[in-house]
Amino acid sequence: MDAANAVNAAGAGSVAQGDRDLGDLEAHFDAVVGAEQRIEPRDWMPDAYRATLVRQIAQHAHSEIIGMQPEGNWLTRAPSLRRKAILLAKSQDEAGHGLYLYAAAETLGVDRAELTEKLISGRQKYSSIFNYPTLTYADVGVIGWLVDGAAICNQVPLCRCSYGPYARAMVRICKEESFHQRQGYELLMTLMRGTEGQRRMVQDAVDRWWWPSLMMFGPPDGDSPNTAQSMAWRIKRHTNDELRQRFVDMSVPQAEHLGVTLPDPALSWNEERGGWDFGEPDWSELKQVIKGQGPCNTERVDRRRAAHEDGAWVREAALAYAHKQQQKHQQAQQAQQQQMQQQQKQENRK
Amino acid sequence: MSATKADWPLYEVFVRPRRGLNHVHVGSLHAADDRMALLAARDLYTRRNEGVSLWVVRSSAITASAPDEQDPFFAPSGDKVYRHPTFYDIPEDVPHI
Repeated sequence: MDAANAVNAAGAGSVAQGDRDLGDLEAHFDAVVGAEQRIEPRDWMPDAYRATLVRQIAQHAHSEIIGMQPEGNWLTRAPSLRRKAILLAKSQDEAGHGLYLYAAAETLGVDRAELTEKLISGRQKYSSIFNYPTLTYADVGVIGWLVDGAAICNQVPLCRCSYGPYARAMVRICKEESFHQRQGYELLMTLMRGTEGQRRMVQDAVDRWWWPSLMMFGPPDGDSPNTAQSMAWRIKRHTNDELRQRFVDMSVPQAEHLGVTLPDPALSWNEERGGWDFGEPDWSELKQVIKGQGPCNTERVDRRRAAHEDGAWVREAALAYAHKQQQKHQQAQQAQQQQMQQQQKQENRK
Repeated sequence: MSATKADWPLYEVFVRPRRGLNHVHVGSLHAADDRMALLAARDLYTRRNEGVSLWVVRSSAITASAPDEQDPFFAPSGDKVYRHPTFYDIPEDVPHI
C-alpha cells in the first residue's frame, strides 16, 4: 500500500459513519502525518497539536518582529547608501516574515491582535538572541552571518513541517533568508579587508555573538521535554543538538575563510564522527535570558508596546477612511440610480 | 485597541507569477478596505517580482467544501474510470492514438 492509499484507507471507513468518534479522527490524523502529507487548516487535529503549533508559530512570528530592533538600531547610521538600502530591505523582509507567520497562526483559529497582546504583556516569548545589544556596525554583519545562518539551519527542516500553512510560509521565508546571510558575510569580508581596527571590530562582534547563536537551537536534548512529541507530529525534524552540530560544522570553515577565531578553545575536528567537537554553552545564561533577565529584554518589549500603542491612531484612521470611502461610493451609486430613474420618467412622458 | 484590529477584515491573496499561469493562493492579510488590501498584498507578497497580477478577496466571501465531507463530496467522479484515456485498450500496432 503506498502512502496515499494508506491515508484514504484510514479516512474512508470513518467518513461513512457520519458521526466519527475520536479514535477514528486520531487514526486518520496519524495516517496523514505518517504518510508525509500535510494537515490543512480545516482538518481535525488533536488539541495539543494545535496548541503546540500556535505557540511555536506565534513565538516565531514575534521573533521576526522583535528581530527588527537590534539591526534597526543601525539604519540611520549605515556607513553608505548601499548598506542602508540593504539593511532597510532586510528589515522589511523581517516584517514580512512576521506577517506570513501571523497569517499562518491565524489559520489555527487565533487572532493576530490577541498574539500581539500576548507578546507585549510578556505571556508569549520570542527568540532569546534578540535580547543582546548591537554595539557596532560589525554586529549587523555577524547577525546576518551567524544569527540568520542559525535561523536557516532551524528553518529549512520546517519547510517539511506537517502543518501546511506553516510549511508554506517557511518556504517563502527560507528563500528570502539566504540574502540575509550572504549580505552579512559580504559585509564582514569587506571589513576584514579594511583597517586593523575594523578587523578587531569583526572579531569582537564574533566573540559576543557566537555563544548566543549556539543557544538559538534551544536547550540540550536531555533538557528539551517537548522534542519527542514534536518530532512524532513531524513539526520538528531534528533535535536541538543535531541542528546545533550542523550549524557548527557549517560555520567553522566560514570563520576560517573570513580570518576570525571562534571563541571556543574546545573546538576541534573529530575525525571519527566527521564533525567538530565544541564546548558547552552556558545554559544558565540561556535560562536567565529566557526568564527576562537578558541585557535588552525590557527595552525590546517596551519598544514593541510603544510602537503598537503609537500606531493605534493609524489603524483607527485607516478604518475611518475605509468607512468614508464606502459611504461616498454608496451615495454616488444612489445618485446615479435616481438620475437614471428620472431620465426614465422623462422618456416615458414623451 | 485590539477591537480596532479585529475590525480590519481578513483578505486572501492570490498572485499570478507570470503571464500564462493561474493566480495562486499565497496567504492572507488584514486591511481596512479593498484598496489597502491590494497595496499591502503588493508590499507583502511581491517584494521580489513574484507576480504580474494580484487578486485580493475577503476571506468571508469564500465558500469552501468541508474537509469532513471530502470523500462523499468528490465521490461522484471516483467510479468514472472511463473518463480517463487509459481506460481503453487499443492494440499496440495501431499508430498515432
